[in-house]
Amino acid sequence: MLSTAPVQTTLPNDLARIVRDKALWIRRRSFQMVYEAQLGHPGGDFSSADILAALYFGVLRFDPTKPGDPGRDRFVMSKGHCTGAFYAVLAAAGYFPEAELTTYMEPQSRLNGHPNRNYLPGVETNTGPLGHGLPVATGIAIAGQMDGADFRTFVLTGDGELQEGSNWEAALTAGHRKLENLTVIIDRNRLQQGARTEETASLDPLDDKWRAFGWHVETIDGHDPDQLLAMLSASPKGRGKPLCVIANTIKGKGVSFMHDNVDWHHGVPNKEQYEQAMAELV
Amino acid sequence: MSAAAPAEAGLFDCRDSFAATIESLAEQDARIVTVVSDSVGSSKLAGFRKKWPERMVNVGIAEQTLVAVGAGLANGGKVPFVSAASCFITGRAMEQVKADIAYSNVNVKLIGQSSGVAYGELGPTHHSIEDMAWLRLFNNLTLIVPADPWQTEQAIRAAAVMDGPVFVRISRMPVPALARKHARFEIGKAETLMEGNDAAIIANGTMVHRAVAAARALAVEGISARVINMATVNPLDEAAILAAAETGAIVTVEEHSVRGGLGGAVAEIVTANTPVPMRIMGFPGFVPTGSAAWLMEHFGLTETGIADAVRQTIARK
Repeated sequence: MLSTAPVQTTLPNDLARIVRDKALWIRRRSFQMVYEAQLGHPGGDFSSADILAALYFGVLRFDPTKPGDPGRDRFVMSKGHCTGAFYAVLAAAGYFPEAELTTYMEPQSRLNGHPNRNYLPGVETNTGPLGHGLPVATGIAIAGQMDGADFRTFVLTGDGELQEGSNWEAALTAGHRKLENLTVIIDRNRLQQGARTEETASLDPLDDKWRAFGWHVETIDGHDPDQLLAMLSASPKGRGKPLCVIANTIKGKGVSFMHDNVDWHHGVPNKEQYEQAMAELV
Repeated sequence: MSAAAPAEAGLFDCRDSFAATIESLAEQDARIVTVVSDSVGSSKLAGFRKKWPERMVNVGIAEQTLVAVGAGLANGGKVPFVSAASCFITGRAMEQVKADIAYSNVNVKLIGQSSGVAYGELGPTHHSIEDMAWLRLFNNLTLIVPADPWQTEQAIRAAAVMDGPVFVRISRMPVPALARKHARFEIGKAETLMEGNDAAIIANGTMVHRAVAAARALAVEGISARVINMATVNPLDEAAILAAAETGAIVTVEEHSVRGGLGGAVAEIVTANTPVPMRIMGFPGFVPTGSAAWLMEHFGLTETGIADAVRQTIARK
């Protein structure tokens, strides 16, 4: 029997509070990692922090001591550049000691710039180049469907990442095969590396695109733990379609000078910026 | 489509061997599934689909997802055999092969069908004479290029029981079954088909039987050429290559570009150890449209061409 996150026995209201607290911790810890390494993608770390906290502390079924358990829910971090937030949440979930986060991007560290499943427990597939997560997650979900297994597969993609055509190949396959055990969450912060998504290669109407590919689509506030928990933990059984959750988020969420600012896609803070951010992230 | 194999007596299409083997393995191992990109017919998997439709995933004409879905199926405990035209499963999905399969080190078996210039008339977009060069860059990806139907079966069986990523490069060109004294296949071990001490011919895939024919012709002249079937390109049998260098002359032959394939791999070993005159036979790069047989003839990948190359290389000793 898989153990579940300790939060399962808490009341729903407490769960939202725990997710909020964990998301704040992820932001603080990941920003510290980026500051110390002077490398990283803090803007996307911050936009995805609430989604990751909701998944690992309220939705996913896993046991960090058995990362290869066949019955585990799978989470694929397709936006593999946001390792600050991803490594922080994996540590918080118990996959490895939190103290190891201080090695972020150092030589020989398991915490390299993009996640590697062969070093680090909790990573399902190696990502970094964009548009890989959804196709692999689709394969995992097909395996579950073949076996009638009850594990679920979640994948978090960036929105700019959806400009990669490989996502739409997978969306076709997942829709065609009615993979109700598959959920894609889109971190819709509307910024990519260089500019706004809608100024670069526009994605809207994004919901209609997914519906046209045979998916059930919901749009939520990606910073609201209640909405995230309700949407992601609801049973998919009977839906008959894969689920696409468009989570509206803000790049750099939580820090005034990073808020919706493209410069923080992979910006790194100086001492003053770091201290100001930490003062705001409380 | 390209010219199908003429129904010549004693010649075999290794895709048939692949298909029969995969069906045999699937009978015994429920984890085995196939993944195709509208490539059921060209992979000869209609029989598999008939027996186990629920164990075949057809992603449509979508090679990136084809390869990535294989990685996902392995994550879910399956042993996926992912089969498509070699030109597309590599070139079209190269980053998926790199990141999702090789770098992720997953238990996926990629089958590149109709490799080399099998689709000769269709032109260089459909030739697959770059695939060995691309694939041998991935140090942990086992790369096998079987020479005949027996070796194709052995390669597929070995891939199925090995835990890790494998690529098997299969032709659709008719080849004879090679005569063997000791019918044994091991990943990473070269097969010596003829002994010889004046020169060594190292070949794989569809070139091996031509290398044997060339060596027989040379034997008539009193030239003793060793013939080595280097079916496994990664890991490479370095000991067999170093022993071949002791003959003082090496000719490599592959149905592939001369850039970065089997010849390049052999040359890396030879030059780092005991440099000897070498000749790398293959295609120079993009080649004209024409049937596979015409292309082989035109570029000297024939019994006569190989024998000439051996004579010339021996002369450079």
